[in-house]
Amino acid sequence: MTLNNIWVFAQSTNGVVNTATLELITKARSLASSVSVFVSGDGAAIAAAVGDFGATKVYGADCGAHLPGVAMAAAMKSVIDGGDSPDLIMFPQSYEGRDAMARLSVKLNKTVITNNVDIEDSGNGVTVTTPIFGGNTLVATTFTGSGPFLAAFRPKSFAPEASGGAAAAVTAVVVPDLGAAGSAQVTAVHVEETSGPKLDEANVVVSGGRGLGEADKYSMIEELAKLLKAAPGASRAIVDAGWVPYSYQVGQTGKVVKPSVYIAAGISGATQHMVGMKGSKNIIAINKDKEAPIFGIADLGIVGDVHKVLPKLIEALKARG
Amino acid sequence: MNIIVCVKQIPDPAAPGALNSDSNTLKRDGKLVIDDSDMYGVEMALQLVDAAGGGEVSLVSMAPNGETSGMRTALAMGAAKGVLVSDPALQGSDALTTAKILAAAIQRLGGADLIVAATESSDGYTGTVPEQMAEVLGLPSVTFTKKIVINGSTLQASRQTEAGYDEVTCTLPAVISVTAGVVEPRYPSFKGIMAAKSKPVEQVTASDLGVTPVGWDGAGQKITSVTQAEARQAGEIIEDDGEAFNKIVGFLENLKVI
Repeated sequence: MTLNNIWVFAQSTNGVVNTATLELITKARSLASSVSVFVSGDGAAIAAAVGDFGATKVYGADCGAHLPGVAMAAAMKSVIDGGDSPDLIMFPQSYEGRDAMARLSVKLNKTVITNNVDIEDSGNGVTVTTPIFGGNTLVATTFTGSGPFLAAFRPKSFAPEASGGAAAAVTAVVVPDLGAAGSAQVTAVHVEETSGPKLDEANVVVSGGRGLGEADKYSMIEELAKLLKAAPGASRAIVDAGWVPYSYQVGQTGKVVKPSVYIAAGISGATQHMVGMKGSKNIIAINKDKEAPIFGIADLGIVGDVHKVLPKLIEALKARG
Repeated sequence: MNIIVCVKQIPDPAAPGALNSDSNTLKRDGKLVIDDSDMYGVEMALQLVDAAGGGEVSLVSMAPNGETSGMRTALAMGAAKGVLVSDPALQGSDALTTAKILAAAIQRLGGADLIVAATESSDGYTGTVPEQMAEVLGLPSVTFTKKIVINGSTLQASRQTEAGYDEVTCTLPAVISVTAGVVEPRYPSFKGIMAAKSKPVEQVTASDLGVTPVGWDGAGQKITSVTQAEARQAGEIIEDDGEAFNKIVGFLENLKVI
């Protein structure tokens, strides 16, 4: 089949569309003539922004206090039942995106393919590319049967590019009664972002891992990050250990980063971490263990103790003013 | 308070992963172990049952070759019983089929007040099964929880978000997925390990559960190629002689970062 009608699951914060959404719209318009977006909240708030990237229609569903995934899936199903059935729905690989696609897959009885980095429509089939084994191996998977095909993509898989299109037409969608499934409600929202550059947008990222030894030593990472105008990041190991908040995590379940410089200090390079940072232009690794997998992808690898190397590096940078 | 935990038995994560050359599915023919990320759900469930003052923790799992060694680890920690779905027909099953199978196994156990899973498995990491199970069962769900408190028939959870976390409330029965690190999993005691050997694990097939189609037939996808990614070349690796920090300064200077 050939793709004609694609939906993109959009996410926005305070009316600002996130970059992952714009990446997906850009890719969608290269694949199909009609691109619509589906967003939680008021579609009018993002109509101009998504139109500028090539979407012609925006469906907005007011999810109230519901966790958005379950409400959005029900709203999408009602539009599909109403006659506008897309050939493909592209989701960002995010918390809301995953929830919504999982619920919708059951409602439509369609498979989901997640963690993709590319998509191609050959005319005979729609094929997505998924890296496995830490990105060493690429698996191409073709959807069988009829659409809508459901696929989730990692952030930064496509370059966002505006098309200069007009504001998208807005349609409000009423969320159907969710029954028992709708009982999960958000009662409070907490933001733990740091003050410096955002982790997934920073030009330089300095991440720390288990090799730091103890939570207090993370202050070295923060100090170095500040000197380099970088965002501080972390491996899953120290996030799970409670040293830093989840919003610092780089990796499979955290943020995908592609800065021009990535500094990994005391990080061995578990698959989980590598898939989140191996797209960085330049990688510097500091680790005691010379067999650590991180050295396999580092442009500059220092086999040494982070407790010795980092303080000297920090002093040297301070001395430069 | 009765809780069912979904546990996945996976190939040893310390060994390099490999695909079967004929089917392109993950090789799972060696000894399987409990997915480390499921240990947190088992521990959380045991603690919640304790806090409620009664009830039990049961397990559901889907694995080839009647494999139960990973389930035994969870039984040794304190789970009471389990259902294992093992069936050659399941090879190639997608996440949706897996969710239908697990949901049916949960119903075979008579359901529960709470169903717990990890956020994603360490070998396949599709990351949708808990939410798909909830939809199959018609239940509410809270994914990516990192703190859970139960008051009567209400669950309160902190849920991870891109920017921080949300506080969420939900009525039971419900499905939750828990992040790693949410609790410290206990080590099974010797007594627990011995007791686990005789705890009941019922083994069933997909057709016993009435779920069809399964495996590749139910998958809605086929793998069309497997290729090696372009390898990233390692650069210069040096041993720190006390002056290696200068190398980093020079590297950053060249890139005009400083």
